[in-house]
Amino acid sequence: MMRFGKPIAVAAFCLAALTGGALAQGQLRFCLRSEPKTFDPLKVEDDASMAIRYLTGGVLVRLNRQTQAVEPGLATSWKISKDSRQITFKLHSGVSFSDGTPFSAEDVAYTVQQLMDPALHSATGDTFRSGTGKPETKITSPTEISITFPAPVAGLDRQFDQVAILSAHSPKKEMAVLGPFMVADYKPGAAVLLKRNPNYWKTDEQGRKLPYLDSIQLDIQPNRDVEMLRFKRNEIDLINTLDSEYFDKLASGSQNVAHDAGPSLDSEQMWFNEVAKAPIPEYKKKWFRSATFRRAISQAINRNDLTRVVFRGHAQPAVGPVSPANKFWFNSKLKPEVCSPDAALKALQKEGFHLENGTLKDMQGNEVVFSIITNSGNKYREHMATMIQEDLQKIGIHVNVVTLDFPSLLERMTQTSDYEAILLGLTNTGLDPNEVMNVWLSSSENHQWNPSEKTPETPWEAEVDNLMRAQASAADPKKRKESFDRVQEIAVEQAPFIYLVNRNALSAISANVQNASPVILVPQTYWNAERLLLK
Amino acid sequence: MSFWRRVACAVLLLVLAISLAANWLAPAGYAKQDREAAGAPPSHAHWLGTDEIGRDRFARVLYGTRISLFLAPAAALISTLLAALVGGLAGYLGGTWARAAMTVIDLFLSLPWLFLLITVRALLPLNVSPAFSVLVTFLILGLLGWTAAARVLCATGSSLRNADFVWQARASGIRGTRLFWIHVLPNMKPVLYAQFWISIPAFILSEANLGILGLGVAEPLPSWGSLLKELEGLVSVGEEPWKFVPLVLLVVVVTSFQLVLSKQDEVAA
Repeated sequence: MMRFGKPIAVAAFCLAALTGGALAQGQLRFCLRSEPKTFDPLKVEDDASMAIRYLTGGVLVRLNRQTQAVEPGLATSWKISKDSRQITFKLHSGVSFSDGTPFSAEDVAYTVQQLMDPALHSATGDTFRSGTGKPETKITSPTEISITFPAPVAGLDRQFDQVAILSAHSPKKEMAVLGPFMVADYKPGAAVLLKRNPNYWKTDEQGRKLPYLDSIQLDIQPNRDVEMLRFKRNEIDLINTLDSEYFDKLASGSQNVAHDAGPSLDSEQMWFNEVAKAPIPEYKKKWFRSATFRRAISQAINRNDLTRVVFRGHAQPAVGPVSPANKFWFNSKLKPEVCSPDAALKALQKEGFHLENGTLKDMQGNEVVFSIITNSGNKYREHMATMIQEDLQKIGIHVNVVTLDFPSLLERMTQTSDYEAILLGLTNTGLDPNEVMNVWLSSSENHQWNPSEKTPETPWEAEVDNLMRAQASAADPKKRKESFDRVQEIAVEQAPFIYLVNRNALSAISANVQNASPVILVPQTYWNAERLLLK
Repeated sequence: MSFWRRVACAVLLLVLAISLAANWLAPAGYAKQDREAAGAPPSHAHWLGTDEIGRDRFARVLYGTRISLFLAPAAALISTLLAALVGGLAGYLGGTWARAAMTVIDLFLSLPWLFLLITVRALLPLNVSPAFSVLVTFLILGLLGWTAAARVLCATGSSLRNADFVWQARASGIRGTRLFWIHVLPNMKPVLYAQFWISIPAFILSEANLGILGLGVAEPLPSWGSLLKELEGLVSVGEEPWKFVPLVLLVVVVTSFQLVLSKQDEVAA
C-alpha cells in the first residue's frame, strides 16, 4: 500500500486542481453590532440581518461595491423594457441551492411573488412598489423569466441586488441558499456561524470553486470598545465600520490595518420641527418654518470644525442630501456652505430678529432659545450638538442640548412631535434616489421635518414630490439625474435638513486577510467575501 | 475621632475648598472650546489636558466636583424628608397606615431604579437651561431615592410609637400631629441624620451613572458622570492616564464619606 500512497495523493491533488477544487482557507471572524432579527432575506430591515443576507443570499445581479456598476449574478444577462416596467432575465443553468434543490426560473417567480405580497410587509419589496397591483411573472423556460411590474420602476436592475432568491421547493425554506455561505449555527446573543455553501455555483478565473474561506464566524458584540480590543488581540479579522479615534490609534501602529476609503454615503444632519400641530410655542414654529432662519442657522455652523475636531479629519463637510461618494447622483454644481456668523446674523436681522445684550430676539421680543435633541451614547452627535451650541451662541442664539435614550427620542420624533430640533444621522445603503423616496415624498411617514402631510404644505415640497415621482418613472438615466439634481438644489435652498458632515468610510482589516479592498458601500470590508483568503 | 476619619474629613474639606475656588484656579471656564487643542495632553495651559472638543479638563473637574458636592446633599435632604414623612409617620401611626406605606415602598423598590430614572428624565420638558437640568437631575434622584430610608424610618417610627415617653405624653393629653412633631420626630433625629449622610455618596454615584449614560446634567455643564464618560474608550485610557483623574477623585470622595459616616452607619443599624 505504501508504495502507491504518494503517487495516489499527488494524483488526487492534481485531479482536484483540474476539476476546480476549492481553495480552502480558514475562518474569517468579525462582529455584528446587534442580534440578527431574521434569516428570511425578504424581511430584512436591520444591519445584522442584512449582513447575513449579503453573505448567504444568491442574487440575480450584483452591484459591484467597488466600481458601483451592476454585474451579472445568477442571471447571465437581462433586458429592461423601454417603459422600465418589464425585466427579462436569462439564468445560469446547472445551479443548485445549498441543500441540493435545483435552481430555476420557478424559484425567481416564487421569490418575486413572496416579495411583493403586501401581507409580508417587506421593506425590500417597497423599493419595487412604484404603483398599485402585483407584478406578473412569465416563465419562458427553466432559465428565462420575465417580470412585469404594474408601473415603471426606476433603476429596475439594480434593485435586484437586494433580492436573495428563495427556493420554491426546498423543505428548508429560507435556509436553502444560493450564496457563497450558508447558516450553519446560531447561538442567540453569542454568534452566527456561516459555512461554505458546497453547491455554490461560482468559480474564480482559474476555475477554482468559490468561496475561498471555509467559514465565517459572526460574533454578536454591540460594544465597540470590546470589538476594538478583540481586533487588537487578533481575535477578529476585521471591523467593518471604525470610529475615528480608533482609526487613528490603529493607523499609528506599524501594520497597515486601518483603511480610510474616503467619504461614505452616510451623513449627519439636523432639522427643525415644522409640524403644524407640534406642541411647541407658535412663535417657535414660525422661526422653524422660515427657510431664511434655517439657512442662517446652517450658515452659522462651522462644519470644518465638526469634521476636524469631532471626526479627527475623517469626514467632509456635507454639501447637500447626497454624498460626493455617490458619483453618479451627486449634484456637482452644489458648493459647500461657508461658515459665516456675520452673514447669518445679517440674514436673521432682515427677517426681523435683533441682538439685545448679546441675545437674539425676534420681532415680538422672544429670546431665540431652542433645544436640540440627539440620542445618548453617540459621542459624535453629543459633541457635534455641543459645538453647534457654541457656534450659535456667537450669534446670540441659546441652544439647550438634550440627550435622550433612543426609544424616547424616536417617540418624540415619530409619535408626539414634541421636539424643537433633532440631530441624527442617515445611513444610506444604496445609491439610487428611489431608496430615499420615503424621505422626500411629503406624504411619507419618514418625511422627518413634517411627516405624513395630506397635501404638500409648501410649493417647494410640491415641486419635490413631482420631481421624485418623475425620476422614479423615467427610464432615461439622464432625465432621472436632471430631476434629482433639482431636488438636491431645492434641499439646499430650503434647508429642511441642515446637512452637517459626510463621515469617511473607516475600517480595519487584519494583515492576515488577503484580497481585501475596502470600499464606501455597505458592506465595506467583506463585499467580496467569496474571494477573501486568510494567510 | 479616629485618625482615618480625621484624614477623610480633611480630604473632603480640601476637595470642597478647591471646587469653590474653581473661578480662580480655572478662569477659562468649563465651556470654552479651544478647538485647535482638542484632545490635547496636559500642558502649562491645560493642566489635565483638554477633552475631545477642546474644553479644559481641569476646569471641568473643578466645576463638576462643585455640582456633585453641592447637589448630592440637596438630593439627600429631599429624600430624607420624604422618607420621614412617608415612612416615619406611617410607622408611628401603625396599622393600616404602616401596611399601606410599606406596600408603596415595596412597589417603588421593586421598580428598576435606572429605568425609572431614564423614563422620568425622558418625560421632562426639553427646553430647560443646563443649570435647571442639574437641579432637575438631583430633584429626580431625591424624589425617587427615599424608599430605602423610608423602610428604616418606618421601623423606627413603629418602635417609638410604643416607647414609654410617648405613652406618658399621651397620658398627659398630647395627641395626633402635636405628639408626632414634638415627641416622636426629634427622637428620630439620629436615624434621620444617619440616613441623610449615607445617601450623599449614593446620590453622587447615581448622578455619575446617569451622566455616563448621557442622561444627567445638560451640556455644557460638567459633572462627574459626564467626565467619567471619557473612560469609555478603554483602548486609549492606558495612554492617557490623566483621564482617570475624575474617577480617582470620585473614589476618594465617596471613600472619605464612608469613613466619616462609619459612626453614623452604626446608629442607623
